[in-house]
Amino acid sequence: MNNELLTGDLVRLTAEDPQIVAETFSRWGRDSEYWRLLAADPARLHSARATREWLEKEMDNQRSSLYLFSICTLEDDSLVGQIGLDGVVWSHGESFVGVSLGERQNWGKGYGTDAMRILLHYAFSELNLQRVSLTVFEYNSRAIRSYEKVGFKVEGRVRQFLNRDGRRWDMIFMGILREEWHNHALKDVEQ
Amino acid sequence: MPVMMNIQTPLFEGQLICLAPIDHAKDPEFESQWTHDAEFMRMLNTEPMRPLSPVQVKKKYEAIEKDIEESKNLFYFTIRARLDDRLLGFTRLYWIEWTNGAGMLQLGIGNPADRGHGFGSEALRLLLRYAFTELKLHRLGATIPEYNSVARHLFAKAGFVEEVRRRQAINRDGQRWDLIHVGILREEWLARLA
Repeated sequence: MNNELLTGDLVRLTAEDPQIVAETFSRWGRDSEYWRLLAADPARLHSARATREWLEKEMDNQRSSLYLFSICTLEDDSLVGQIGLDGVVWSHGESFVGVSLGERQNWGKGYGTDAMRILLHYAFSELNLQRVSLTVFEYNSRAIRSYEKVGFKVEGRVRQFLNRDGRRWDMIFMGILREEWHNHALKDVEQ
Repeated sequence: MPVMMNIQTPLFEGQLICLAPIDHAKDPEFESQWTHDAEFMRMLNTEPMRPLSPVQVKKKYEAIEKDIEESKNLFYFTIRARLDDRLLGFTRLYWIEWTNGAGMLQLGIGNPADRGHGFGSEALRLLLRYAFTELKLHRLGATIPEYNSVARHLFAKAGFVEEVRRRQAINRDGQRWDLIHVGILREEWLARLA
């Protein structure tokens, strides 16, 4: 058995109290870029209280289809991001994944990529899913590179989906199949 | 070419069909029958097929109208025959992102005997015009299971192109199928009218 299921090279995935998660989401959202990399609806501000209510409602509504984790560094156990499977469809073995890192000093350090590796392992070998999907905006090239690194492939583009800063942007769909993840993980071990 | 419309242009009427509100008294019985048709339900979406009683359908309608009221990003129409106002199917615009002008569309003709008469094509035509002129959306998308060749043909004929293929996203009868996302942009719709 694998007791290190939720631990990677740089980070580990943990469960935090809704209050802590809500406070961090609320704080991170004050950086509009964080929001605009993450969501298609207009950037806006949310109090910790409102975020907590939203979060608890989501967890309640999606009791068996939402798997949300906090991302903590192995170095000093600080909470740097959130990652989760949102909307697992058990009948088809598919889920969407979303990941975000809150503070700019934590961007570009490989935390997101490491967290995604852990999450894929969890999705394929604990939940036994067949595929994992995600959407990412065309202007988020840092995220796209990270997703490709862990084995996601581009499956298409929803053309001109976003209207931001005076121009149109595509929303890109990416996906990874169980077999692809398996082959990719083997390659990682060999290297 | 500008879209030739004026204040008198009927938005909800075609030659064969019209778009109409839900009839809470009459419709549940018909829709309940459709939900017992596994083939129809599997063509329509990827959720596990599950029959609903007329009372459950009625509740579903109430939930839809509550959602319309609260979310402001959903439009729901029944499709009815011009001739006798008979219920043929339904269509909806959903997940509308107002600031981005993007929306999703779904359509179904419930009774097998009502398929192949052009009802769906006409409903789709009306709905596209409604979405692009009245709602002023910029783009529309729809998801279609790979095995639903009738819908793929219908949407292609209306000008939708394939944008995304979620490989093996559907598991039916032990076989894997792709989920196809199709889309149409406002300018593509306009160009086809010319």
